[in-house]
Amino acid sequence: MSDFDELKADLGSNGNSRKRGISRRGLLQAAGLTSATAGVATLSSHPALAGQGKGSLMTEHFDPHAMGAVGRVDTSVFDPTVFLRSWNFSHLPDAERQRFYRESPQADGSRLREYEIFAVDREIEIAPGVFFPAWSYNGQVPGPTLRATEGDRVRIRFVNQGTHPHTMHFHGWHPPEMDGSLMEHQVLPDQEFIYEFDAEPFGVHLYHCHSVPLKRHIHKGLYGAFIVDPKEARESADELVMLMNGFDTNFDGDNEVYAINTVAFHHIHAPIKVKIGELVRMYVINVTEFDPVNSLHLHGMFFDVFRTGTRRESYETADTVMMCQGERTILETRFRYPGLFMFHAHQSEFAELGWMGFFTAVEG
Amino acid sequence: MGSKSALRTWLLALLPLVLLAALLVAIVKLDPASALGGDAPPVEELEFERVVLEPGRILLTVINDGPDPVHIAQVMVDEAYWQFTQEQAGELAHLDRARLVVPYPWVEGEAHEVVLVTATGMTFAHEIAVALETPRPSGQAFLLFALIGIYVGVLPVTLGLLWYPLIRNLGRSGLDFVLSLTVALLVFLFVDTAEDALEAAGALAESFQGVTLFSVVAILAYLGIEALGKRLETGKGALSAAWVTALLVAIGIGLHNFGEGLAIGAAFSLGELTLGTLLILGFTLHNTTEGLAIVSPLAKERVSLGRLAWLGFIAGAPTIAGAWVGGFVYSPVWSVVFLAIGAGAIAQVVVQITRGTAGDRRLGELITSRSVFLGLLAGFGVMYLTGMLVG
Repeated sequence: MSDFDELKADLGSNGNSRKRGISRRGLLQAAGLTSATAGVATLSSHPALAGQGKGSLMTEHFDPHAMGAVGRVDTSVFDPTVFLRSWNFSHLPDAERQRFYRESPQADGSRLREYEIFAVDREIEIAPGVFFPAWSYNGQVPGPTLRATEGDRVRIRFVNQGTHPHTMHFHGWHPPEMDGSLMEHQVLPDQEFIYEFDAEPFGVHLYHCHSVPLKRHIHKGLYGAFIVDPKEARESADELVMLMNGFDTNFDGDNEVYAINTVAFHHIHAPIKVKIGELVRMYVINVTEFDPVNSLHLHGMFFDVFRTGTRRESYETADTVMMCQGERTILETRFRYPGLFMFHAHQSEFAELGWMGFFTAVEG
Repeated sequence: MGSKSALRTWLLALLPLVLLAALLVAIVKLDPASALGGDAPPVEELEFERVVLEPGRILLTVINDGPDPVHIAQVMVDEAYWQFTQEQAGELAHLDRARLVVPYPWVEGEAHEVVLVTATGMTFAHEIAVALETPRPSGQAFLLFALIGIYVGVLPVTLGLLWYPLIRNLGRSGLDFVLSLTVALLVFLFVDTAEDALEAAGALAESFQGVTLFSVVAILAYLGIEALGKRLETGKGALSAAWVTALLVAIGIGLHNFGEGLAIGAAFSLGELTLGTLLILGFTLHNTTEGLAIVSPLAKERVSLGRLAWLGFIAGAPTIAGAWVGGFVYSPVWSVVFLAIGAGAIAQVVVQITRGTAGDRRLGELITSRSVFLGLLAGFGVMYLTGMLVG
């Protein structure tokens, strides 16, 4: 049972709900009910306005938990909760990790980081019971998060095990022959290529396939986070990688499912656990196709925004950040209060098509 | 034919069937289709058959119209994933139906869109153009639909019957005029019914082969009415030819009106129709001519008021039944069937009246006569103009 389900069960008895400091009404809003539906219920019970309540929402079939998908995605193959805090294959046991990632010190004190990345076709479950014929890096969407420190040498052996030409195109400083975008950069099926460059500048970047047709190659799932840390390390924090993505399941040029890290509504059922007072740093990347803009809004909180993460100073304090396709940002905040904090795209459509979830803040 | 040769006939009839059965078994066992690309992605087809709006929820009946099984994974309403329950959860095989209940706070008078997302990510959309609560079979709703039926069917037809005394006093050319007017309006009704039927056929799941279904049922209805007419003329207690014609016209129009009631009831309950004054006015004008059509063959008969009322009942009352069926248990397949019966019946009646009017005259002579031509013209004109009112 997820935290959220537990909480729902707890709220069945009033004593518990008081102890947790959450009213039933508060939970209804937390559960993703739009204020409009709650508003109609209230309106029609107000005698002066009852006549205006033209909505059909009568108490007969009123179900406060009606929004959202039915069922759960099988997370044994890909778990977004694990993905959040994994980079350089840190989620794998050491022996297995060695196969995909090795690091070694260099003369100047920096490191050489070597990766094994392969492109492969794979069907993935993106919403409960909805399967998408993805093109993936290492069998997962988003691809593995690569993380280096400014000045490190990055060497990636890329093998195309897929059925179409693919590449890895990195956002960051690199010479043109490492760009993975031109005709001569295409890695055909069963071929491989070694990308090598210095990790620069520091910030939150991304990599994605740059084969044509671009829209298809990207939205089928060929993208991942590329984080470059400054030489002088950032303050230690609980760090989270979030890629805002979408899936056009019927290939009509419009997304049917939106999420952070692929699985619709995942963090509704598995809220992201954070500690009160601890610095939380989110590396947010927008890889949504078809819609020019995506956004992130966090309830009851504000965060410092570090656009593209390339400067040490925050340029804004906000509770909503808007990002174009391919845009990235670092968000930093500290949770003050215990309980559930919803976060979602402030495009309500995206939110209701899967891009919404919860943080749950607990005493440290 | 002796019993031995009868057995032989049966064997000869059954032999190909037995071989066919063996062939079917072989096809299933050997699966020759797999050699022709068994890896092809599934062909998914879902058709919405019925959408019912209740306070705070939407009930959907969908049918799998494709060859491959379909698994409904999620339901989207107005671009939001929504909770739903499926009666008898699981995959739908070819022609399986699923009933889905979606608790959704729909808004009266506004548009909504329901989208079903299958396991492969295919989507099937249905637009609710104007959200209105679907009438449930309550006493009040029954009364409402009965009222619609009375306005649209019973009253106009009964009014039209009052032309009977006029018909009695008409001379030959006057009668020709009225009868050809009747033929014209019946042809108009035939086209009207066929159009409705073909429209319903188009909305049908492809597996039900709407247009073929319509054609076959219409032809059978034509032959059925033809046979009924022969029976009434020759059987025990035989009726006069004029009476038979009048009765068949009443039956044909009754069947048409059942289809009309069906369409009105369905449209009304789907929120596609509001019964305004203009519409009632239109139907009344439009359908009054139907009464005239029934009495026009009776010029040389003495008819009691009671019998006249019966004819009116046969022609008009089915509208009420149609409205009930259409409003409460609308089914696209049965709509096509009923409309096809109406069309076939009317076609037969057109032929019946033409025969009666012609008498011993040749058809060529008949249609060139002035009164017949003017009658046809007047019939089409009246139907076309009053038809504009009911759109």
